[in-house]
Amino acid sequence: MSAIRNHIEGINSTGRLALSIFLTAGFPAIEGFTRLAKSVLDAGADMIELGIPFSDPLADGPVIQHSSMKALANGVNMKNVFLFADEIASYSAKPVILMGYANPLLKYGLTNFYSDCINSGVKGIIIPDIPAEEYDDFFKGKPKGLDAVLLAAPTSGSERIKMIDAKSRGFVYCVSTTGTTGAGSIKKDETIKSISVTRKNVTQNKMMVGFGISTPEDIKTFAPYCDGVIVGSALIKYINNYGPLETPDFIRGLAGAL
Amino acid sequence: MKTSYNYPNSGGKFGPFGGRFVPETLMKPLIELEKVYNDAKKEKTFVNELALLQKDYNGRPTPLTFAGRLTKHFGRAKIYLKREDLCHTGAHKLNNALGQILLAIKLGKKRIIAETGAGQHGVATATVCAKFGLQCTVYMGEEDIERQKPNVFRMKLLGAEVKPVSSGSKTLKDATNEAIRDWVTNVETTHYIIGSVVGPHPYPVMVRDFQSVIGKEVWKQIMEREKKLPDHIIACVGGGSNAIGIFYPFVNNREVNLHGIEAAGLGIDTGKHCATLTLGTPGILHGMKTFLLQDEYGQVAPVHSISAGLDYPGVGPEHSILKQIKRVKYSSVTDTEALEGVKLLTQMEGILPALESAHAVAYLNKLMPKTKKDQIVVVNVSGRGDKDLNTIINHFEN
Repeated sequence: MSAIRNHIEGINSTGRLALSIFLTAGFPAIEGFTRLAKSVLDAGADMIELGIPFSDPLADGPVIQHSSMKALANGVNMKNVFLFADEIASYSAKPVILMGYANPLLKYGLTNFYSDCINSGVKGIIIPDIPAEEYDDFFKGKPKGLDAVLLAAPTSGSERIKMIDAKSRGFVYCVSTTGTTGAGSIKKDETIKSISVTRKNVTQNKMMVGFGISTPEDIKTFAPYCDGVIVGSALIKYINNYGPLETPDFIRGLAGAL
Repeated sequence: MKTSYNYPNSGGKFGPFGGRFVPETLMKPLIELEKVYNDAKKEKTFVNELALLQKDYNGRPTPLTFAGRLTKHFGRAKIYLKREDLCHTGAHKLNNALGQILLAIKLGKKRIIAETGAGQHGVATATVCAKFGLQCTVYMGEEDIERQKPNVFRMKLLGAEVKPVSSGSKTLKDATNEAIRDWVTNVETTHYIIGSVVGPHPYPVMVRDFQSVIGKEVWKQIMEREKKLPDHIIACVGGGSNAIGIFYPFVNNREVNLHGIEAAGLGIDTGKHCATLTLGTPGILHGMKTFLLQDEYGQVAPVHSISAGLDYPGVGPEHSILKQIKRVKYSSVTDTEALEGVKLLTQMEGILPALESAHAVAYLNKLMPKTKKDQIVVVNVSGRGDKDLNTIINHFEN
């Protein structure tokens, strides 16, 4: 049984949605990053998605591109990411998930990567450039205790969503809109329509919605159609504007809408 | 033939290379594109329409020119030049853009996007968009906009919007990232015309098919002239579309030696080069698994070449398999050697090659001493050098 799934289910059984928060590992600085992540959890986040910075993040919009570049300039590499994960996982029982592009994993060596995930308490991985067709090849040696979360998109259609649902573990990551992360102005009706299609076809997994969710109002809008929401760019933007110390305020605002 | 070459497989894999490493949003559009393309290439109307455009609009077949003075200069094998520089718009890029614009129309798309390095693919795409009345946006790195000004102006004149890309190294790699991001966002209305044999399946195989017209013509032309196949074919490799185009029809004829020439920039020991197949390791970028220049953490390395069209840290996945099975020999040529190549071809034959193509020309200095008088060498002159005059002038006047 998946620890991530259990966790979401536990939250849902109390009558609320789960809130997953994306942080770029080592952004805005290596120093104090773990403190930032802990404060995010304390303020009401239910899980942390730790972004592994990459030079060419092609599914990301300008905000996460920038945070990724900043983290790389700070000298963040896979070793830092696992140290962060380990510290966060030791602090809280809430799941830590790594999110990153395939190439740095490949270079690190997948066998090493998986065993370091287990050793540092990482419960799941999200690799946006590994679609269902590449899943079997890429995740061949993945241990059972580590969930690979797949994404479903507005373009996927019922057939693909069923295939994605069958392969994904932990939850299905429902991409709310075509586009990169941090899309901003979501077309409400269109988005609800596309999320509903995913919702209908995800029968074996919990479903979390992400991409372009930035306010408590967004959360209320999508609440009836999902088991949880993922917020990334909006928080990074907030950190850019107000600094990491103010982050708990932002998280509390989101958590209030769950 | 028992060992006949048969890549890619149905999943777009060239052995361990290729594939489709893209966000889920693009999977269905890629599958649809693959289907439409596979149907189209069997349709007589599509094949005939494309052939007519290649002839009447692009000016194909391009000549295979015997390089008499150049041959005499080396005193070894006979040298022929495949004249892709005489294609409409000045390079082989239109071969592919024409094929893909017909597919875009079949797909019902109203908007076209493209990435460009040297601007040749951007110009080719803007050209077909003008001809067929489609909206066109071209992504181009800020550094390339600076060094390829005439092509930027041409694209604008053709009605395209040129979007400067300021992220990363501000060159072809970053322009490709932005084009993919645009496609992910506007996939319902937009077709992405990739300019080389790179990207997720079906692009590498589709662009190969459209560019193979080069090699097919060479086969026919050299058989008419010499009654035998060439001993050596040389082409430059950035993403590698002109090279795949001229190599592919000869891949099963092992007596034809194939040479892919990468850009060694300031030298392969300097870290300022883009000799991906010479020094790269397998990785994943732009939707494909292929050789890649990257650091020890899997971050894509900054690369350099005097030629904007070769300035790319990856390479088409088919080149990766051709390297692995040792069917093509990959070598590299420095910026300085390429500039000497420009001079050599211009002064010996009156043909000004693009800086990209000059890498292939420059390799003659290394290959020719090893050839014999009864042999034949074909060089793919993939484009003309007018666009590079600024860079060339700066070099020779300093």
